[in-house]
Amino acid sequence: MSRAEALQTRAGRRPSPLWTFGLLRSELVTTLRRWRTLALLAVLAAVPVLVGIAVKLETRGGSTAGPGGGDGPAFIAQITNNGLFLVFTALAATLPFFLPMAVGVVAGDAIAGEAGSGTLRYLLVAPAGRTRLLLTKYTTVMAFCVLATLVVAVSALIVGALLFPLGELTTISGTRISFAEGLGRALLIALVVAASLVGVAALGLFVSTLTNSGIAAMATTVGLLITVQILDQIPQLHALQPYLFSHYWLSFADLVRDPVYWDDLVKNLGLQALYAAVFGSAAWARFTTKDISA
Amino acid sequence: MAPYESDDATAAAQDEDLRSGRRKAARYVVPVAVVGVAAATIGLVPALADSGNPDLPKITAQQLIEKIAKSDVQQLSGTVKVSTDLGLPNLGGLESSLVSGAAQGGGDGSSADPKSKLTELVTGTHTLRVAADGPDRQKLSLLESGAEYSLVHDGKDVWGYDSKSNEVYHGTAADSGKEHRAEPPATPKDFADEALKSVDDTTSVTVDGTVQVAGRDAYKLLIKPKQSGTTVGAISIAVDAKTGQPLKFTLTPKSGGAAVLDAGFTQVSFAKPAASTFDFTPPKGAKVTEDKQESKAPGHAPKPGEDFAKGMDGATVLGKGWTSIATFDTGSKGGLPSGSKGGAFGGFLGSLGDQVSGKFGKGTVFSTRLVNALITDDGKVYAGAVTKDALVKAANEAK
Repeated sequence: MSRAEALQTRAGRRPSPLWTFGLLRSELVTTLRRWRTLALLAVLAAVPVLVGIAVKLETRGGSTAGPGGGDGPAFIAQITNNGLFLVFTALAATLPFFLPMAVGVVAGDAIAGEAGSGTLRYLLVAPAGRTRLLLTKYTTVMAFCVLATLVVAVSALIVGALLFPLGELTTISGTRISFAEGLGRALLIALVVAASLVGVAALGLFVSTLTNSGIAAMATTVGLLITVQILDQIPQLHALQPYLFSHYWLSFADLVRDPVYWDDLVKNLGLQALYAAVFGSAAWARFTTKDISA
Repeated sequence: MAPYESDDATAAAQDEDLRSGRRKAARYVVPVAVVGVAAATIGLVPALADSGNPDLPKITAQQLIEKIAKSDVQQLSGTVKVSTDLGLPNLGGLESSLVSGAAQGGGDGSSADPKSKLTELVTGTHTLRVAADGPDRQKLSLLESGAEYSLVHDGKDVWGYDSKSNEVYHGTAADSGKEHRAEPPATPKDFADEALKSVDDTTSVTVDGTVQVAGRDAYKLLIKPKQSGTTVGAISIAVDAKTGQPLKFTLTPKSGGAAVLDAGFTQVSFAKPAASTFDFTPPKGAKVTEDKQESKAPGHAPKPGEDFAKGMDGATVLGKGWTSIATFDTGSKGGLPSGSKGGAFGGFLGSLGDQVSGKFGKGTVFSTRLVNALITDDGKVYAGAVTKDALVKAANEAK
């Protein structure tokens, strides 16, 4: 990080838009080169493989997946109809925990990790400005959201294509859509899932500005994530639940209905935007006024 | 903060600290303002969107009822929200598994069987989608989290598809005449038809202003029982001013509080639904259950409310109008197995009800917010949308 920054700094004192891209690129490269990030992505890619093989083994004798009642992640019973459903199942299986945990790790580390390893002050010596640095960090985290989701989706698509038939698919409403449209919906779902993580990303970034320990920030973010998931399960808190960032996460399944049921999807995206605005600005307020001592 | 600086803290530095402190505080105003704006938006937008009651020409209750009767909406699609709050404990999965267990006992149970799905509507809030194109083609879907249950009636065929278990139920509508409805009663229209059947001299019917439902102007029909002793407080039906289609149905209990049953369109269109909506082919790999009995129309499930009693076989009805009480003999002397006789389970059942006694002897009353039932110790059952006292009175008179 600091090496790349030093090179950038020599190029000139006046920050240019191009310079921002340079900063973003170096951020992305450092984030993605970390072993930790690669390990997270590998775990995410392994989930669809496991689900796919498990369903294949269980349905080998021609029986349907799941024990009649259809427990387990959404869409798991349809995978045998069409491999494309593995994409939806894998996203439904990873969205509640694996995906936000990975995002929480990356977001929590964003500022606190730099502060902990003593590189933050060098970053700030460069004429980036704190606001710009924070925006770059947030963009990097969001890019990771998209990347992580796509890793799950692409891995699921490959496994689904190898193990199960593809072709025209039956929506959960019982109507049929062409494979091309199904693929389009899968992409749309991946983007919606990535957008669902924007709230956690902003929360993680805010937590990251509060402390100088990367581990503490990651642990707090993941802890908050689990707490919110638990709160979302307690029936007595139903008045509060529509405002929890994870409440509408599984609404992406509404994209597999025909016609698409938009209500909850719109609510989900609105809620994520709200979390991004609140915690993004809180992170900005904290980071731009913070004493950077490390 | 840094150890070397603390020694020579000057007044200037303190002044600097104060200013930067103020600047720091000012920045935190931004997230607070964002929260404030969001809260205000959430609070105000529904209030602003509720643009008052629409201005419609005056109409009498009689005219409005005729309008509903004449209403001949053949093509429709929309989203319906049904909330039921009978005051039953929320049994969730237990209840549906009990019912599907019962269905399995009776034959080859499929989770796509409409009968096993209907009971889910009895508690909680559900979102349904309905589409209709003439008497032969209807579709009703129950939107679940990550899954959907669809019931499609297309000409001769009745398909049920449960996406959660990937099971298909197939029945045939032997006579797809006009009378036949493949849909369970779930739309506001179905409930309104039931409610209007009960309109007679025991009932007051008034037009209670106008209201907007799903973006359409509607009249509000208010049905109130005149008799005392019933648990039904009022029924309000919003009727579309243009088509006469009931758009919203609300049943409130006399005891007040939330509606026992609230079914209303949140979105409705009277355009012809796409033909592909009613097109159903079982997906590859789905388990298909054929209904062996010829078209037992799945439309006759016990409905909440006054139809509750009719679902029971061999019941006689005491009284009339709103206070009618269904009664039948279970034939089992001893009534509920209570206390030591029935073991733990009997004690559990007994604890759910209230013990009452009268001229008829002793019995247990089970109450919900709408329907109360009295099971006497000699095995007779009295049930109706009436108060506990009315049940006891009926039981005394029957003696």
